[in-house]
Amino acid sequence: MGNGTPRTLYEKVWSDHLVTPETGDAPAILYIDLHLIHEVTTPQAFSVLRSLGLPVRRPDLTLGTLDHSTPTTPVSALRNIPVVGDGAARQVAQMESNCREFGVTLHGFDSEHRGIVHVIGPELGATQPGKTIVCGDSHTSTHGAFGALAFGIGTTEVGHVLATQCLLQRKAKTLAIEVEGRLPPGVSAKDVILATIGKIGVGGGTGHVIEYRGRAITSMDMEARMTICNMSIEAGARAGMIAPDDVTFEYLHGRPLAPSGAGWNAAVKRWRTLPGDADAQFDKTVTIRADELRPMVTFGTNPGMVVAVGDAIPDAGNAGFRKALDYMQLAPGKPISDARVNVVFLGSCTNSRLSDLSQAADVLRGHRIADGVRMLVVPGSQQVKREAEALGLDTVFLAAGAEWRESGCSMCLGMNGDTVPAGQLSVSTSNRNFEGRQGKGSRTILASPMTAAASAISGHVADPRQYL
Amino acid sequence: MEPVTKIVSRTVVLPVSDIDTDQIIPARFLTTTTRDGLGKSLFADWRYTPDGSENREFALNRPDSAGCEILVAGHNFGCGSSREHAPWALLDYGFRAVVSSGIADIFRSNALKNGLLPVVVDDEALHWLTENEGAEVTLDIATSTLTLPDGRAYEYPIDAFSRLCLQQGVDQLGYLRQHEDAIQQFEENRPWTP
Ligand code: SF4
Repeated sequence: MGNGTPRTLYEKVWSDHLVTPETGDAPAILYIDLHLIHEVTTPQAFSVLRSLGLPVRRPDLTLGTLDHSTPTTPVSALRNIPVVGDGAARQVAQMESNCREFGVTLHGFDSEHRGIVHVIGPELGATQPGKTIVCGDSHTSTHGAFGALAFGIGTTEVGHVLATQCLLQRKAKTLAIEVEGRLPPGVSAKDVILATIGKIGVGGGTGHVIEYRGRAITSMDMEARMTICNMSIEAGARAGMIAPDDVTFEYLHGRPLAPSGAGWNAAVKRWRTLPGDADAQFDKTVTIRADELRPMVTFGTNPGMVVAVGDAIPDAGNAGFRKALDYMQLAPGKPISDARVNVVFLGSCTNSRLSDLSQAADVLRGHRIADGVRMLVVPGSQQVKREAEALGLDTVFLAAGAEWRESGCSMCLGMNGDTVPAGQLSVSTSNRNFEGRQGKGSRTILASPMTAAASAISGHVADPRQYL
Repeated sequence: MEPVTKIVSRTVVLPVSDIDTDQIIPARFLTTTTRDGLGKSLFADWRYTPDGSENREFALNRPDSAGCEILVAGHNFGCGSSREHAPWALLDYGFRAVVSSGIADIFRSNALKNGLLPVVVDDEALHWLTENEGAEVTLDIATSTLTLPDGRAYEYPIDAFSRLCLQQGVDQLGYLRQHEDAIQQFEENRPWTP
């Protein structure tokens, strides 16, 4: 097939994993190289296996963590913290027993590698170029930053992968997002992806796999690339990918689950063949000019409703738009920087890695957060937490008056007891500003770590560039 | 999964775009370890007032809505999280089909695997359905058509495999397991191992 039609990165990874190709009548059977699992979307899938008397077909390609409903309360003996609520406790206990019974590695409370599923996959080196990766979680798109084909699946499909290591899939269309030029100081990957979603809309990527390209992308480190791919789903695309390069290989080298020795060289050689062919065609192309970007925030109840921090809230006039603004208690025509902030959340699989924390700390250093603002800093994994502490970032956060927590999803979806009280406004580095996402009645403004930190200091939605 | 061949029902309309799965079933109800009983939490934050009583204004709570099996909703229904609890909650409540001008990819895939029919129609049909809440609509699976009370029919997209699975109530895991030989062969012949 090598000298046939030029292929994109997605098309190469797709065709490398076809157990049977798709036909007019039947979808393809796609082989899955890595199945990540967590406590919330797997119990019903394990029940199906149990009722059919089936084993997990490839426990060696399955990796579990506890993240969604786990407490992040800071104590030395994490083991002794009660999980909030009977349901969540039962779910955690069931995840532990399912993994034990079916022979799946679980990074549970006693593991130094525990963390948000999309943070630990890359951190352990399990996420690699050219792999197919799935998880019962829509932000699985994060792993596409390595040139993997990674997407979220439902619980029924989790059962399919546990039992057969395969999925029934139709090939997606391709969408190229070219991010040209250089990012100005104070503008980060989060601002790029928010601007992109603002441009193409929350349904703009439906039915497509996105490939992010261009100079602004290739000059990003892996953590920034993960932030970009993470929010592909917010544009409606199940997967977002970036071609692997030396930055990717350097990140992976020496990680516990990355290939080593002779295997490393062979892997890099194979990975270098993955980037799309020069004349490969995309179904659609969108261009973003990085030089023109400013720090971006959301103002509504979906991630496509974005505005630059210095600008006024626009007015689209339709009923849905007005309903969103009513919910947010914001008015069109008013500067978004007028919005008073109650809570700042620095965390989630979008922005909880070491570089995210250090960018926020750079803004916070020497300042205190405004009176009446609560700021919660939740590292993406226990490893990120240790690394941040080694750099003294925890001291910066604590000195500024923020809380320094154990890792987990926390206030991103408020399942573990960390919630934004009804009516309060949160500036959050997470990925979803849906009604009630951070707790019933909570109002969420999505922002970069730097913008979140600046907003914590000023007590209003604030441009971080004044603190740099 | 029960076979689905034809659905004839009046509609309930939620004329809002981008209804995400956090609205369909908020995260605090996801601590369950079974599929059952989620219907009472469907659209919880819209359906109930803060004191827990029913919000009379909300479409599902209007007396006419009782027994309706078809939900009509604005563009891009089911966006957001991959939680299969969303179709489970809709089905448990009593819905058997969702009609919109756009349905998010993961929701659509989850719906089909549970026998909840995702129906995508054009803006014109959606507009008519939105303006005529409670109209009796027929959804035929074999012909992939939605028929309005005045006889106008719209074909909706569904791939042959998903249609067959719905019609026969086929369990897709069974289908995958029949290909065990091919899966094993793939594993043995691939040039590299993950
Ligand atoms: S941090 Fe938020 S978006 Fe990411 S996996 Fe956890 S709940 Fe999902």
